Formats: sequence, C-alpha cells, structure tokens
Amino acid sequence: MKKSYQSLEDNPTYNMKQVIYCSLTSKIFSLCLVLLLSFSTSLIAQDGDPVNGKSLFNSNCAACHKLDKPMTGPALRNVEARLADEQGLDRAWISAWIRNSASVIKSGDAYANKLLAEWNNVPMTPFPQLSDQNISDILAYTAAPKPEPVVVEGATDGGAVQTSGISNDLILGALALLFALLAMALFLVNKTLNRFAEAKGIEVEAENKRTPLWKAFVQNQFLVLVTAVVFLLASGYFVYGFFMQVGVDQGYEPVQPIHYSHRIHAGDNGIDCKYCHSSARVSKTSGIPSLNVCMNCHKSISEVSEDTFAEGMSEHSVDYNAEIQKLYDAVGWDGTGYTGESHPVKWIRIHNLPDFAYFNHSQHVEVGGIECQTCHGPVEEMEIMYQHAPLTMGWCINCHRETNVKVKDNEYYTKIHEELSKKYGVEELTVAQMGGLECGKCHY
Amino acid sequence: MHINMKIATKYIVVLGLLVSLVSCQENSRPNYQYMPNMYEPIGYETYQESDAFPNGKQGQLPAEGSIPRGDFMPFEIDNTVEGFTFAKANLTNPIDAADIDYDRGGELYGIYCGICHGNKGDGKGKLVSREKILGVPSYADVGRAITTGSIYHTLYYGKNTMGSYANQLNEEERWQVVAYVEKLKADLEK
Repeated sequence: MKKSYQSLEDNPTYNMKQVIYCSLTSKIFSLCLVLLLSFSTSLIAQDGDPVNGKSLFNSNCAACHKLDKPMTGPALRNVEARLADEQGLDRAWISAWIRNSASVIKSGDAYANKLLAEWNNVPMTPFPQLSDQNISDILAYTAAPKPEPVVVEGATDGGAVQTSGISNDLILGALALLFALLAMALFLVNKTLNRFAEAKGIEVEAENKRTPLWKAFVQNQFLVLVTAVVFLLASGYFVYGFFMQVGVDQGYEPVQPIHYSHRIHAGDNGIDCKYCHSSARVSKTSGIPSLNVCMNCHKSISEVSEDTFAEGMSEHSVDYNAEIQKLYDAVGWDGTGYTGESHPVKWIRIHNLPDFAYFNHSQHVEVGGIECQTCHGPVEEMEIMYQHAPLTMGWCINCHRETNVKVKDNEYYTKIHEELSKKYGVEELTVAQMGGLECGKCHY
Repeated sequence: MHINMKIATKYIVVLGLLVSLVSCQENSRPNYQYMPNMYEPIGYETYQESDAFPNGKQGQLPAEGSIPRGDFMPFEIDNTVEGFTFAKANLTNPIDAADIDYDRGGELYGIYCGICHGNKGDGKGKLVSREKILGVPSYADVGRAITTGSIYHTLYYGKNTMGSYANQLNEEERWQVVAYVEKLKADLEK
C-alpha cells in the first residue's frame, strides 16, 4: 500500500509544481498554469500531497468516512471527480461544504439538502481550520486509485504454511521408513546367520533351565513385602491425587462460539480489562460483556490488519475476519446499521464457583485493588481463555493468609485497625487477621 | 514365538487402557463433580438459557418505563441532532464543584476513553496510534467546540462511530468523566 503513495509522491506533476514555485522569472508561465489548473478538474486532482492528505484524512475525516465503504457519511473514493461528473460541483463547493456544511445547506443548495436528508439529517462537523492546501491534499488522497488486494502475498503465505506442515510430515514419514528398514535388515541378518549356522552344522546352544525370575521373586518374602508396601504407597498417592482434582477445573479451556483472542485485545492493543468487564468494578460478577461493547470498536473495525490475519492463519489457524463476521451476524449489523435481527452468543462459562461459596468481584477489584491477573493469570497472553487458578477453598484461604489489606485513608475504621494491629502485634494486617477466614464470610 | 505374541497383546491392551484414561482428562470439557447437588444452583443463573421466555434467555430487559430504585433522574434529552444541539447549549454538570474528583474521573477516563482519545485527550490513544481506529478528534478541536452538555450527550448516546457508554458508567461516574474531559480540554488549549 505504501508503495503506491510513494509512486504518487514521485509523480512528475508534483515535482513540476515545486519547480514552478522555485522559478521566479517565469511569472507569466505560472499564471498560465494557474488558469489552466482552475479550469481543469483532472489537473486539480493531482496538485495535492496524498501522503499529507492521508494523515489529515485519518485524523479529521476517518471518524465518519471510509474510502470505499459508507459509514456515518458516504464513501469518499474519487469524491471530487464524482461530484464534478454527476453534479457538476467544483472544488469551491467542496471547500465550502467541508469548512461549514451548515451554511451551504442554509443557502438553499439543492444537492447539499439532498445529501443531508440522505444521511439521516446528521450534519457534518465543520472544519474551519483546514486550509486550501489541506483540502487539496485530502482530495489528492481520496483520488488515489484503490489498492489491489494483495492476493499473491496471501497465497504464498498459505503455501508456506502448508509446505512447512508437509515438510514436518515428510520428516516423520522418512524416519518411520528408516526404522522399518532397519528392523527388517536386522531380522534378515539374524535369519541368514541362523541359516549359515545350520548349514555349517553348528548347534546354537540351548539355554540352561533355570528357575524363572518371577518364581524366584515370589520365593523371596522380603522382596514381596517391600514391593507390596511401595505399591500401596504409590497407589495411595495417585488415588488421593485423583480424588482431590475431582470438581477442580484448573486448565479448563472450552471452545467458544466466537474465537475471541484476549491476546490481541488486552495484550497487543492494551485495552483495560474493565473496559469490557465493567461490572467487575461495581458488582459481584465480572460479567460477560454484551455485544454493544464489542461494537464500540468493531463498528469501524470490520477486518483485522494483514499482519494479524496472517498470524492468525499460520499460528492459530483462525480466520479472524470470519470471527468478526460472526459477531456481526449475532448483533445484526450489516456494515452500516443494525438490522434488528439479533441472536444471543452462547458463550461457555469457564470460571464457576460452586453455589455454596460467595465471591464478590467489586470487593476484590475496587476495594482491595487486586490485579485481575492475580487470580486469572496472564490473560493478556492467552489466545484462548482458560482457567488459570484452581479456585479451591485452600487456594482462597492461602491468599487471605498472605495478603495485607490496604487500610490507609480508611478513616472510618482507623480505631479498629489500630486495635487489631496491637492484638496481633503486627504492622500490617492480613485479610485472615481481619476475619477473612471466618466460615460465614463466604458460606451462608 | 507364540508366547511373545501373547505378551505383546497384553502390553497393547494395557497401553490402550492408559491412553483412554489420559484422553478422558480433556481440557475442553469441565471436570467431573462429586455429588454436584450443592454445586449447581437451583434458581436461574445470569445469562442462562430458559424456555420461560420467547427469546430463550434468562436475562430480560426491564419492562418499558421501569426505573431503578434510589434517586434516579431520567435523561430526557433525545438521541437526535436537535437533542444534541439542545444539550450542547443548555446542559450543565449537576455535581457540586467540591464533589468533583479528578482522580476518580481520570481513572475511569483511563479505562474507557483513553484507549482511543489518548490519555491527554489529544485523540492519539493506543488504538489510534496502532491505526485500528481512525479519525478520533482532539478535545481542543475548533470545529467541534465541545461543551459540558455535548460531552455528556455524546457519552450517553454515542456519536458517529463512538458507541454509547451509558451501560458501562453510571450517571455520577459519567459526570465525573465529563468534568475530567473538560479539564483535559482546558490543558490542551493552554
């Protein structure tokens, strides 16, 4: 994509303009050119700087306009040429519209009023700060031809992935073949040697009859006793381990209906956990974000970047764009507006405390100021969400024994905190010392 | 040779049993529970499926016109262009100046707004610098000339590409954020 801008920057017309500005002697020449420019729209389209135009477009226009897709406002690819061809409107009209669309509408301009009605009567934000040069830069950017989708690159990427998969399989296959050949060779060698021995009349010595190993073992009572004790201890260990993990879902990693990557959202893009799980601040549950929270960003992000897409395909074999499409289907978004046809996403709950245990998120997150990662692990690195902590009672109690409570600036309880500190003879109180181990705190 | 075959089959059976045992412990399924009677709730859980309602969800919207308990004041300005213009001109912050807590407002701003609008309000948040979301204006933008009322209206209903934040922030929090945004705007215009 960048290449096309660079080539435009190297555009001979663009360089020529600079030369014209530099040459002071040929005033008449430049005057002629200015006249020429003002009469020819096709030439005007090229006198801006598309690179600067891109940054201006991104910071000013992109909130409501895309180049190739309608958003809050119409798509703007080739807007100048389109307006000139279809409506016969020149740059002066466009400039007036950009700087203050309301006054153009008020003046009774037919097309301006039609445009406003067409786009739900939402007026365009005025941009009085944009200079003539700014506007021509932006228009030069919109006049740039649409970049061809990079099909070749994607294909080679896919090819590379596949070849790497094939090469792994090939290596494994070759190794298996090698081992099979070796085994066969050994078998053949053994057979021929035996045949040689037979031919030469050498008797292969028969093994002496000895007491079999297992009989000797059974006869040795001490060994039997030791083995029995070891066996019992070992099985006790494993049986205990098996029963202790019943009902513990540590590592539970279900397949969700939409492949949502915490790594991309919370890790790469650094979105705060509480942006989506906002009820963790104020309520018992952290909540599963409703789809309108997704749409806060995904209204304008309908496709991931090419790098992210390639990474998803090669490393996680996930088509991120298809996953965003699943969100759109669920929320009923057709690219410009809500269709009203929505259906719930059946997310699978991962962290689930038994019904007899009480846990409150806001108490830990907001009052205790505990990082989400303390219990949920490195979520910002998880491509697929899984349960990091065992969520057993022992695990809760252990943290309550070790964690100090921040009692500073909590004037209401200052006295009781001081008395407790004196009672336990400590500087800082742990949760356990403040009653965090009482049964009724979590079970009632 | 015959005995060897027998031993081999034994080994294979034992191995097969071990493999099937290990494969039972799969992470895509929840673990077994011992007597789950007290683990599973009897009442409906949040977001649970339910046949009781036509759309099959336990979670329902409150009946139309219902209001939460406590000192709740409905926001009566519409989500229209006229509503926005009205709010921009007339709406003021109901919180006393003494109760405005810039630390709290700043914290909430950092969670919900800074990711796009930038922690200084210059429109250069992380999502913008990574070119994920474009066109985020600075609060000091001349053409927009934001006011207390227009900030609140935008926060409440959303505007253009920005969505509504009414379900993530309650009324008091929204006004704290509005106050913080005004502070950022004043800092930018210095």
